[in-house]
Amino acid sequence: MSSPLYERYLRTLKRKQWLIGLARLSVLAAFLFLWELAARLKWIDPMLTSKPSLLWSSFREMATKGSLLHHTWISTQETLAGIVVSMALGTAIAVLFWWSTFASKVLEPYIVVLNALPKVALGPIFYIWLGDRYSVYGMAVAISVIVTIIMVESGFKEISKTKLKLMESFGATKLQMLRMVLLPASVPHFIATLKVNVGLTLVGVVMGEFLSSKAGLGYLIIYGGQVFQMNLVMVSITMLALLSVILYGLVNLLGRYARKKYHHET
Amino acid sequence: MAGHNERLPTSDTAKQPDHIELKRVGLSYFTPRQETEALRDINLSIGKGEFLSIVGPSGCGKSTLLSLISGMLKPTSGTVMIDGVEVSGTSPKVGYMLQHDHLFEWRDVLSNVTVGAEIRRMDRVKARRKAVELLERYGLGEFVRHAPSQLSGGMRQRVALIRTLVAEPDILLLDEPFSALDYQTRLTLSEEVFHIIKDQGKTAVLVTHDISEAISMADRVMVMTKRPSTISSVREIRFDEGEQLSPWSKRQAGRYHDYFNAIWKELEDHVVSVI
Ligand SMILES: Nc1ncnc2c1ncn2[C@@H]1O[C@H](COP(=O)(O)OP(=O)(O)O)[C@@H](O)[C@H]1O
Ligand SMILES: [Mg+2]
Repeated sequence: MSSPLYERYLRTLKRKQWLIGLARLSVLAAFLFLWELAARLKWIDPMLTSKPSLLWSSFREMATKGSLLHHTWISTQETLAGIVVSMALGTAIAVLFWWSTFASKVLEPYIVVLNALPKVALGPIFYIWLGDRYSVYGMAVAISVIVTIIMVESGFKEISKTKLKLMESFGATKLQMLRMVLLPASVPHFIATLKVNVGLTLVGVVMGEFLSSKAGLGYLIIYGGQVFQMNLVMVSITMLALLSVILYGLVNLLGRYARKKYHHET
Repeated sequence: MAGHNERLPTSDTAKQPDHIELKRVGLSYFTPRQETEALRDINLSIGKGEFLSIVGPSGCGKSTLLSLISGMLKPTSGTVMIDGVEVSGTSPKVGYMLQHDHLFEWRDVLSNVTVGAEIRRMDRVKARRKAVELLERYGLGEFVRHAPSQLSGGMRQRVALIRTLVAEPDILLLDEPFSALDYQTRLTLSEEVFHIIKDQGKTAVLVTHDISEAISMADRVMVMTKRPSTISSVREIRFDEGEQLSPWSKRQAGRYHDYFNAIWKELEDHVVSVI
């Protein structure tokens, strides 16, 4: 049973949330409207900027006749694979560092250097080693795996020593500590890492496609730029934005589910 | 006292080894900066079912002593024995209870209290049954499916104690288990824990810096000196009012203040000499 005052508080809260959502949509609508208007009234050159109505029609055309969806699908696949591989590899390496202080001490400076190194510089190497298709995966993983290691490792370090001492007092093995404490305690860190990874992996994928690929949204963008087709560029960028929104939303859902399952309060 | 004591008293005509025995135990910590001699020449024996309290200046090595008994630390010199066998590594005979409950927030109360049993790969069904029985017996029956965050501090510590008990140790090591709680909860909980330990027939070693807690719960109180720590004294706590007093009534009992003052005085000497 809640008091009328509390009900009123909830109603105002809800109204505020609605208002924020509405304002967000209005910003997008205003932006598209101004863009269209400016292009039609020749305030800006539509050759250089394209315009929303044109984007929509080229989207429909490219989606039905062209291969836009195919390219989007390629990039999606690359991104998903990149995320999964960097999460798995990064977590595995972080676990190794926790398991063996020696390994962690030995490899620490290399991680620092690799983290600071601009991964784009590795592009040609990946191209030569992995070819035009797999170099994209290489770039995606290269960009996100180091950050994954660092974030997951720092999550492990935050877990209190005495929690592990408690496990030790029951005679727990390292594997049991990992399974029963480190991994479940790190759920919030995994979610945070995943969020960062979505963004980074997309950067890696697009970068990889820029450099070498013959398919994907990054390739379309570069190609569109070369043949001076602003429509193609803009539509591809929009698809990229959509892709990141969807992935981000999925991670959020997953995060909410995992938090609930593991009782981690937000 | 212990109902499930497997030792047959008749078969043992020779002197029975003490339950816990420390012989000339010393421990030093080594860090790159320095060597810290925490304990020096500790000789101590604790009988089955006994309750021993340890007080001493902070940083003198009380937790270290418990770690030695639990087998998580090896002594630099001397030996630690449990039931006549030298301790090497952790043993199912020993249960540890720490200052913080460290309940796992991703598990509900029931699967928290079975953590020890799970690690030790004890029979799952039996452990569960025992857990539920203990939770019900000690007033947590309705919280079996609750998340730890839904419990009060005192309840969480009780859950932590039950977690230790489910693993069926003979010996309980309690390292300042009440010091994170407010005064009132502390009093109630120490009373409850005392009864649970006696009820379960366990041997207990309690580290505390609360002198009245030490006196009211224990059969003997051991005072330690500052580092490198040795045993300053071990006192039998006996009251004319009777053998089976609860901590609460011990606090009212006649000789309580004498004990308190004596231990206070002794500790004061050690603390002052540190400064
Ligand atoms: N792992 C460790 N490494 C180095 N020194 C330690 C370590 N643990 C404890 N010490 C030192 O040993 C001494 C005793 O510690 P401890 O047993 O925790 O004391 P108490 O529990 O009585 O407060 C302290 O001076 C402490 O700084
Ligand atoms: Mg201590």
